[in-house]
Amino acid sequence: MNENLREQLLLLPAYFQGHLLLTLAAISCGVLISVPLGVWAEQSVRVKRPLLTTVSIIQTFPSLAILALVVALLGGRIGFLPAFIALTLYSMLPIVRNTVTGLESVSNSVIEAAKGIGMSPRQILREVKLPLAMPVIVAGIRTAMVWTVGLATLSTLVGATSFGNYIFTGIQTRNLVAVTVGSLASAGLAVGLDSLIACVQWLVERRNEEVDSKRLRQLRVAVYAVIALVAAIALYGILPQPRADFVVAGKPFTEQYIMAGLLAGELEEAGYKVERQLGLGSDVVFSAIRSGSVDIYVEYTGTIWANYMNRESNPGRAEIRAGVIEYLQRQGVQTAGFTGFQNRYALAMRRDRAEALGVSSIDDLLEIADELSAGADLEFFGRSEWLRLRDLYNIDFARKLTFDPSLMYTALVEGQVDLITAYTTDGRVAAFDLVLLDDPRGALLAYDAMYLVSDSAASNPAFMGMMGSLAENIPDQAMRQANRLVDVDGESINAAIDYLRGEIVED
Amino acid sequence: MIELDNVQKSYDGGATLAVADTSLTVASGEFLGLIGASGCGKTTTLKMINRLEEPSSGEIRVNGRNVLEQNPESLRRNIGYVFQGIGLFPHRSVAQNVAAVPRLLGWSEDAIRARCEECMDLVGLPYAEYGERSPNQLSGGQQQRVGVARALAAKPDVVLMDEPFGALDPITRSELQEEFKNIQQRMDLTVVMVTHDMTEALLLADRIAVMREGKVLQIGTPHELLTAPSHDYVRDIVAMPRKKAQRLEELMRDE
Repeated sequence: MNENLREQLLLLPAYFQGHLLLTLAAISCGVLISVPLGVWAEQSVRVKRPLLTTVSIIQTFPSLAILALVVALLGGRIGFLPAFIALTLYSMLPIVRNTVTGLESVSNSVIEAAKGIGMSPRQILREVKLPLAMPVIVAGIRTAMVWTVGLATLSTLVGATSFGNYIFTGIQTRNLVAVTVGSLASAGLAVGLDSLIACVQWLVERRNEEVDSKRLRQLRVAVYAVIALVAAIALYGILPQPRADFVVAGKPFTEQYIMAGLLAGELEEAGYKVERQLGLGSDVVFSAIRSGSVDIYVEYTGTIWANYMNRESNPGRAEIRAGVIEYLQRQGVQTAGFTGFQNRYALAMRRDRAEALGVSSIDDLLEIADELSAGADLEFFGRSEWLRLRDLYNIDFARKLTFDPSLMYTALVEGQVDLITAYTTDGRVAAFDLVLLDDPRGALLAYDAMYLVSDSAASNPAFMGMMGSLAENIPDQAMRQANRLVDVDGESINAAIDYLRGEIVED
Repeated sequence: MIELDNVQKSYDGGATLAVADTSLTVASGEFLGLIGASGCGKTTTLKMINRLEEPSSGEIRVNGRNVLEQNPESLRRNIGYVFQGIGLFPHRSVAQNVAAVPRLLGWSEDAIRARCEECMDLVGLPYAEYGERSPNQLSGGQQQRVGVARALAAKPDVVLMDEPFGALDPITRSELQEEFKNIQQRMDLTVVMVTHDMTEALLLADRIAVMREGKVLQIGTPHELLTAPSHDYVRDIVAMPRKKAQRLEELMRDE
């Protein structure tokens, strides 16, 4: 546990820096856009209504949808830019609205006086209306700041670094320490930045006071120091970083975190600089490898066959392999061979239940299926594999329930369902002593894990040599045990990677 | 000196006139009261003098210069302006409020400071004691004293006042009225003051213009208005303070 915490804390500087830069960039840009818009809206009724409606509508969009839309509008570009744009849009409503409200709340008699003594409209705005509206405007900025810090965690899903990396990795690998560290860090950052703005506001409101107490001066120095530090940390990220030699990516589940970590570790050991893009969505990572913004990740033949090639048939493992390789060549995606393990769907039962019912293959279920409850992950019953299973065996279950994968195993172990669609390399198969049922009619697809490689990485002989030494080197059993270390035994991803490397060396 | 020649103001393109064909002259050092009921056009007339409103036709000259030929901001900086809303800047100190116009005019800091002290002494709020205070810490009467000091800070010879004492309690009001009258006479200010309080107008003004429905019915000294009203309306509005004065006199006699 302490080792786990230490590992998480080692990630803190990079995630903090990413989160801070993202938040500050979005808020600064949001202020620069929203305050002038608010000033404009306050001066013109014709602008005010449409503008406030527009920023309100932006706010009602689910934040994930905004992120996805921005990525789509940028032509599939992932990373800092789409997250920055989405967060900037999201910061606008409280700032625009408070700017308008603040300016409108300035008393008419003050404005008449300003006009009456000969201030120009610009002077009235700058010297009277804006200073008097400032507390309300700053309150809006603070609201936006707190929202933005929270929302920035979601930007992990589009490949920007933030505390969200902790949270999403932690949820997928059931690492509560990571989730807690990420949540606390995010909350702490929100509180810290909010207090910083409050301090600045307090000092600005007192800048004209001639009684300049010693404590006030000390506070001022302290606040400036903190601002300088925060700015330096955020700006450090803008400095040209030494460009990574290779980008290693993965999807958001345990096996993918382990494999990405393994690949990155091998490359780093060989002296390469590696950038990790972990927890990316399936479609995002496949388009990224095609465009070359990702150099290597592990993909499954069944996924390519069913999801990208849209095939509904199951011609068998070897034919799927051949079909996939041909398809990848047409798509301009290179491969560095297969990993050696296969992570496919299999129907699984508790051993005692299977023995009591005398079940060892799907054929044995035919007589009793209408009395059984089946549990599956969120997508299985919507996939062509389920339709094929149903039609080939002419089978259906009394109840079909869908679960988050981790809850699916719990439901089976506790007897709430009779069988589930397990993953064959899942560590919980062995941990809970589950029986995987044979599939004699070949309904379920093969999911051979393979290394997908970008064009540029494939043209590097040293890289391909290293990957070649990994090919066909990881048996099902080793991957299952690595997954088990994380999912069942609560070990860290790094512990699982170390284990897996040991297995490979022995081989 | 302020001159209005056939000035008209309409907000609806001429269908109705807020101010109709008004001509009047305020001599240098004269205190003119503009009196009438709400909506009679007195405030509009006042605001046209420093271009807070623009006349629809006619000509207004301040010290011989047509106001429409001057930059409205620099025109206003050279005319003091005091109104019922007071409108002190709450985010500025009292001294900064008083210094507002000299600062707009680009005076040197030393000159501004000296003039602030002078003006604040004039209205009975010593700089040393009140300069650094926030307007919110002052009473209503003190706030309007600051308002008067601000209006006088740039040494204007013309001051416009729109019901300046209307929101004050009676005792504070008569104190301020008296003090302002003294200041006006001492500094030889040309003043136009809008009021709906006939007693105030009678006590302060050298001459009074009675307005009704956008027109000036009569202009005259308080004595002329009291003794020779030209319209029933004028007779009616001077009758009220007269009656009060008579009643007070009777009360004193009865004792």
